[in-house]
Amino acid sequence: MDSLLEEEEEAAAVVLKSPAAQAGSALLPALHLPFLPPHLYRPASSHEHKLNFKKSKEVCLNYIQDAMLQKQWKRAAEFLTFYIESLEKDFSTAYMGPSEMIWRIGTEILCHHSHSSMKQFNSFIEQMKTLGVKRYLKVCLEHAFHLLCNGLIDEAYQNLSLAESWRFGEQTTIQDKEMKLIQAYRGLLDYYSWSKQKNILLEHGQNGFEDLSVEQEMHSCFRKAAVNLKEIIKIPGVWDLFVKCYVDLLEFYGDHNEACQVLNEYAYNSKFPANPNAHVYLYQFLKRHGESKKSLISALKILHDIVPSHELMIDFNTMLQKSKKRKKRQLGLEVIFAALDYAGWKENVKAWSCLARQVKQIVISEKHLDWIKQEWNSRKDWWPAFHFSRYLAKRNWQENESLSYEKALVAGILLGKDCKYFKYVSHQGCKAQVKRFRILKKFVNKHNPAYLRISGLSDSSVQP
Amino acid sequence: MDEEATRDFNERCAQCSEVNWGLTDGGRFYCRSCHNVTERTREVVNTDFISNTRVQTISKVLRKQEKTDGGCEWYVCEGFQLVLKKQAEALETLGVCPQMKDEILCNFWRCYLQKSKQAYCNRPAGETVKALSVCDSSTDVDSEPETPSLLHMLSVSESEGDLQTDCSFASSTSKVSESTSLCSGSVDGSLYLMKNQKEKLRMTMPMTLSFCYMALLWLREPMTLSDLLRFVVEGHIPYLNVFQHFPEKMKLCGLDLKIFCVESWPAYEEVYNKMLELAAFLDLPRFPDITDSCFLHPDMLCIKYLMEANLPDELHNWTCRVVKKICIGEADFLTLVPGNKSTRKVKYDVLAAAVIVVVLKLLFLLDDHYEWLLSEFAEERNKNNKEGGPYFEFKKWYKVIKCSLDVEQKKLDEERAKYLWRCEKPLFYSAKKKSKVLKRRRMVVNLQNQFGKLSGSVQPAEKPNPSSFQLSWYEENTDGSCFHGHSLKGILQEKCGLLTAMNPDYWLCTVKLCTEKLCGHLAHYREVDFPQSYHFVLRLFSFLLRIQPSYIHDEVCVIEHKLFNKKLCKKPKYKTSLRK
Repeated sequence: MDSLLEEEEEAAAVVLKSPAAQAGSALLPALHLPFLPPHLYRPASSHEHKLNFKKSKEVCLNYIQDAMLQKQWKRAAEFLTFYIESLEKDFSTAYMGPSEMIWRIGTEILCHHSHSSMKQFNSFIEQMKTLGVKRYLKVCLEHAFHLLCNGLIDEAYQNLSLAESWRFGEQTTIQDKEMKLIQAYRGLLDYYSWSKQKNILLEHGQNGFEDLSVEQEMHSCFRKAAVNLKEIIKIPGVWDLFVKCYVDLLEFYGDHNEACQVLNEYAYNSKFPANPNAHVYLYQFLKRHGESKKSLISALKILHDIVPSHELMIDFNTMLQKSKKRKKRQLGLEVIFAALDYAGWKENVKAWSCLARQVKQIVISEKHLDWIKQEWNSRKDWWPAFHFSRYLAKRNWQENESLSYEKALVAGILLGKDCKYFKYVSHQGCKAQVKRFRILKKFVNKHNPAYLRISGLSDSSVQP
Repeated sequence: MDEEATRDFNERCAQCSEVNWGLTDGGRFYCRSCHNVTERTREVVNTDFISNTRVQTISKVLRKQEKTDGGCEWYVCEGFQLVLKKQAEALETLGVCPQMKDEILCNFWRCYLQKSKQAYCNRPAGETVKALSVCDSSTDVDSEPETPSLLHMLSVSESEGDLQTDCSFASSTSKVSESTSLCSGSVDGSLYLMKNQKEKLRMTMPMTLSFCYMALLWLREPMTLSDLLRFVVEGHIPYLNVFQHFPEKMKLCGLDLKIFCVESWPAYEEVYNKMLELAAFLDLPRFPDITDSCFLHPDMLCIKYLMEANLPDELHNWTCRVVKKICIGEADFLTLVPGNKSTRKVKYDVLAAAVIVVVLKLLFLLDDHYEWLLSEFAEERNKNNKEGGPYFEFKKWYKVIKCSLDVEQKKLDEERAKYLWRCEKPLFYSAKKKSKVLKRRRMVVNLQNQFGKLSGSVQPAEKPNPSSFQLSWYEENTDGSCFHGHSLKGILQEKCGLLTAMNPDYWLCTVKLCTEKLCGHLAHYREVDFPQSYHFVLRLFSFLLRIQPSYIHDEVCVIEHKLFNKKLCKKPKYKTSLRK
């Protein structure tokens, strides 16, 4: 097919290289002259300005891109009509040759144009598939995606099966990988019909039926899905979707060991790119199966290292606070402080109450004030403005009383009873005659020395 | 009758060495002295093939009518002859006098064939080259048949300037051609590209236009080179894909593509320079005089460009004065004398445009300051005095021209982007690739249809009628956008009964001209170095002539130097402000 052509071109390019290049002196390394600005090569002649095929098509491409950026799909289609001609010269092996451009631009236009239909889209894609062997699988895959987006699951499945049976010459490594992807997505669709049938069976089971044929089909779907999914997740990569489905299948059939192994591999194999979700899945799996605290903590510890702002950090903190080991409790404090460094947590009552609870505990026990001091040191110059401004005090009080309560407690201990946030909130709380705010005020006043110690003022004779 | 038919066959008879040929009824030549009949035949003039110029003298043996693929044998020069014929016919429909095709162009072409030893001579060139060509391909061991790729061939421009690749390319394929005979459809396609460049001027596609222009110039037809090239781009004169008009039997493939397939528009300089070379190569005598009644005379052309640029008619008086002052209106200056290297050759259209620019500089200075000052003055006057014709306002003119120039330029740019380069009849390098090429072609047509339907605009129905004018302005328009009748009174003053410009100053574009031979230019133009008004005027004419502004700038510099020659020579420190 067309790749033959491409290869010929390559061969030709090699042959045509002049032998003079090799004839230079063998002793001295060749001197590579730097580039001159283009206008210095030689006096500009009319040749450089004359319009040729290539330049004309480049300009045309610019017009298409402009039109697409402005969502003028009709105009883009109009210029594409004239750009298509460049296909007739597309023998290049360059990555972004005209055929790739036409495929991508055409797809985009057909997706957005108000007068395009699925039929048109399909016929376009079928033509694109014949344009280059090297791109065949990629085009197939994207075609399947498009079909899925339009709810045409059966068509997508057919498409993937067809692509899977396609063979051309020796497969390159890239094609090999693409083929695996095709198979994996087909596996995913098998999983989809498996879970559909599973639901039917569950429903029937409730009604007291038994349906052997459905059950059989479900099992065959399982086998087809499992084979392909298993293959893809062996290759290093981010395969969240596939891993989740595969684990779901394994768990359903009770193969917990295999599932656990897959998840562990996915999370801990160093060849795979760092992926927070891998640890999340592992944690969720372990939790589902009632594994030990220790293994749960170790899963979350890595997640904390990768994504300190992850929502599971609340669970992590709770788990650590309960621990008997000092080190773990200290880690808990670290975790919750780190989470609150992120704007996403700013108004999260749960997080603040976690911090408030732990801080309170430490202050009451008067042990490990240095933990707080340590965490606070790096934050004391920006947290007050970030969390404890007067503006925020006002807003938090108006919008969420509990949040302002938790924050005020933390602020009172970290910044002392004179801090703006604490003062405003406790004043408002007392005015509104809410009991817990009065208690809070007392608590903070009582533990003012703790603040002094945290902020390193304890030795001075200054007394408020 | 016989006399004429045998005139060009002047080989000696193999038996008696006489040159005294007659024609048999069968069209063969026989020797009148010894009655020996040769195998040579007089070609029957194939009317659908070539109408008036005579190909038959080219081929020495009976044309082998049928090759395996149903094509016939043909020579590259026959192809060019067809192209020229098509172009001449198109020019005729554009109104060029019929003489051009049948007498002038035809004679030029015959003369070329003879001078380049392709026909009308004793020993056609092809044979000697053939003998030479076999040896120099002996070292190409690693080049397998089919390696010269279409890509490579087409990526090299079809013009001259890459002889290196041409030759190596042709030599690597010549060996192939013997074994596979795939490398060209024409008989001499592969030899054609490796001919010795020094003594012969090799025919190229851009050169067909040089031929046309030369014929037009000889007849002093009212068409400039920029007009000609514009008509080519607009499709009124066949050039791109002209091979599709070749008869069915003339198959193009292999190296023929490189010769006849056009991948870029002809450039002004290229066609012009080739025309000069060609005229010298053909040893043409001095061309008919360009007198002041000719369209190509600067005084005439200035009228045309002043109209097109929407400038006051009164300016013509000034362009004529400049032309007269520096003697560029004289026939000796304007007329082409081929081969005379001592004189600079004239590009009539560029010269006329440059004269107008110089006049504008003389009157308005174009220094981004003075012209606006004058314009304000004229505006003031026009407000207070409605009697008589309005004074010319530079600002108003600028606005009107800028507006329509931007519109037209945008249109032109889009047209360039939307140009379709391919034709119905696709070319393929070899028969092996035919199906592939045809398949591609079909797909392209399919996709074009598909997206054509999705595009908002309706396909343009017809190409616009050819016109010498790209911009038109009419006095009848009431919107006041026509400046032809506006008066220059505001910027002129009377001195000793003569009207002179109020503007006392002038700035030179360059103090010293470069040597054209050394750096290719007489002057160098960078937009940022010059006032914007000046650039705007250059851009306007660059649009009208479809050439780079720098070409007009060069010509402006030359005219200025002629104009100020005395002052520049006498007093080197003529004006400090000239120093850059």
